[in-house]
Amino acid sequence: MMISVENIEKKYGEVKALRGVSLDVKEGELFGLIGPDGAGKTSLIRILVTLLKPDAGSATVNQLDVVDDFRKLRKQLGYMPGRFSLYPDLSVEENMNFFATVFGTTIEENYDLVKDIYQQIEPFKERLAGRLSGGMKQKLALSCALIHAPKVLILDEPTTGVDAVSRKEFWEMLKRLQKMGITIFVSTPYMDEANLCDRVALIQDGNILTIDTPEKVTQSFAHKLWAIRSDNMYLCIHHLREHPEAESVFGFGEYLHVTWKNQEMQAEEMMNYLTGLGHTNVEVKETEPGIEDVFMDLMQKHDS
Amino acid sequence: MEKENTVIRVRDLVKKFGHFVADDHLSFDVYKGEIFGFLGANGAGKTTAIRMLCGLLEPTSGELTVAGLDGFKQREAIKRRIGYMSQKFSLYEDLTVHENIRLFAGIYGIPTRIRREKTEELLEKLELTSARKKLVRDLPLGWKQKLAFSLAIIHDPSIVFLDEPSGGVDPVTRRRFWDLIYEAAHEGITVFVTTHYMDEAEYCDRVAIMSAGKIVALDTPEALKKEWDATSMDGVFLKLARSNE
Repeated sequence: MMISVENIEKKYGEVKALRGVSLDVKEGELFGLIGPDGAGKTSLIRILVTLLKPDAGSATVNQLDVVDDFRKLRKQLGYMPGRFSLYPDLSVEENMNFFATVFGTTIEENYDLVKDIYQQIEPFKERLAGRLSGGMKQKLALSCALIHAPKVLILDEPTTGVDAVSRKEFWEMLKRLQKMGITIFVSTPYMDEANLCDRVALIQDGNILTIDTPEKVTQSFAHKLWAIRSDNMYLCIHHLREHPEAESVFGFGEYLHVTWKNQEMQAEEMMNYLTGLGHTNVEVKETEPGIEDVFMDLMQKHDS
Repeated sequence: MEKENTVIRVRDLVKKFGHFVADDHLSFDVYKGEIFGFLGANGAGKTTAIRMLCGLLEPTSGELTVAGLDGFKQREAIKRRIGYMSQKFSLYEDLTVHENIRLFAGIYGIPTRIRREKTEELLEKLELTSARKKLVRDLPLGWKQKLAFSLAIIHDPSIVFLDEPSGGVDPVTRRRFWDLIYEAAHEGITVFVTTHYMDEAEYCDRVAIMSAGKIVALDTPEALKKEWDATSMDGVFLKLARSNE
């Protein structure tokens, strides 16, 4: 195992950020930690990168204990924090040199690893890091995190607030790094990014809801799921929620995703119910659940 | 007819910073009660455009009317007539729920005689009556988001601007928030919203996509998907919104 986490707990005063988290990440895996703000993602990551001590439980990265072996471990891991934490008043090149020197290496020594990414910002190497655009800052931060050729790369929400195009490019960079043999542990609040990972852990309120491949996670959804729409989506939501057999009704893109207490509910019955209430262009069809459907189902079960 | 229902009218709107053209001849209309999605890659010129529409930034040239007011000469009046909410909610964390409501009601000039009534009405609607004395800091994120939205429309504006309002919240909270948006639109408030979640683009009546300072597409999600031969708005966005770095 490249990362092994056992029953980690962390409290801030009265607030329980992590309530007994356990997970394993295999060597060479691209592992996603997926959950909303406040779920405990950053706490777990800060423990893994030795910046925070757990209250209970233990964790190792590349067989090194995150508390006892922190000095050794820091040399072996690459960490990209959620906030831009390079030196804004140093240039691109100066930042790279600084991080290389801190880790006792040079840009040239591990250039192969960062070449792909660094080349995209090299034309601006004289520019101060604080004056780069969001996308370029991100590429510089990733280059700096890789400069000492780490075995594991740990990234805290690298795609938050980033547009869909840049997000896609960033994931392509991660995939290329994985092919070069680096184990990657990445957190994200975007559920749709789950499908880009080998395995994912869904986290909410300091608890892991499930850990599996994205395919198996979606297969675990136990209800029949219906996609429904009409010309008036606002009223469609209300009318469906008023139905005594309705279990959950939520917007999912252009359709509503609906589950029923009665699994035998037929499309025709739903159709008649809505047209009877004056809806036009009603569409009802069975659909495949996504990671978000599963997440919502698991978090509601966990709450009750 | 069309003019009566047009809440925002934009013609050849340009904003330059020095030689840099952030917004390059934007033209579009937003109609009453519509949910209008405004998408684009980082740096495409969205934020500059929104700041002009909200009266925060003076355009370089073109025509701009928001809620019947001129975007060049009546910017102060525009600020009072619109609602605005960003991802960083503008709530005061160290004030209670009740104090925040009173503060915003005061800022937006709600007359004193109806302020109390309005406050109680809002507390009840948000199911926050028992939490009225709680500090906003101690509220769960989803409640803060609901409160921030309700305060952004406490003065019954004809239009509310939502700048990435749903970042980072869990999927249930995110959808409950869209329930509020639907409700506001149903009541006739025009909603102008930016988002990075492409599924949310599908909830909009019409969507404009910006790239490199220009509007490159504007239509209903359905028509855009058809035109760009995509099964989702994500597909449309990836085809249109080239990163301009």
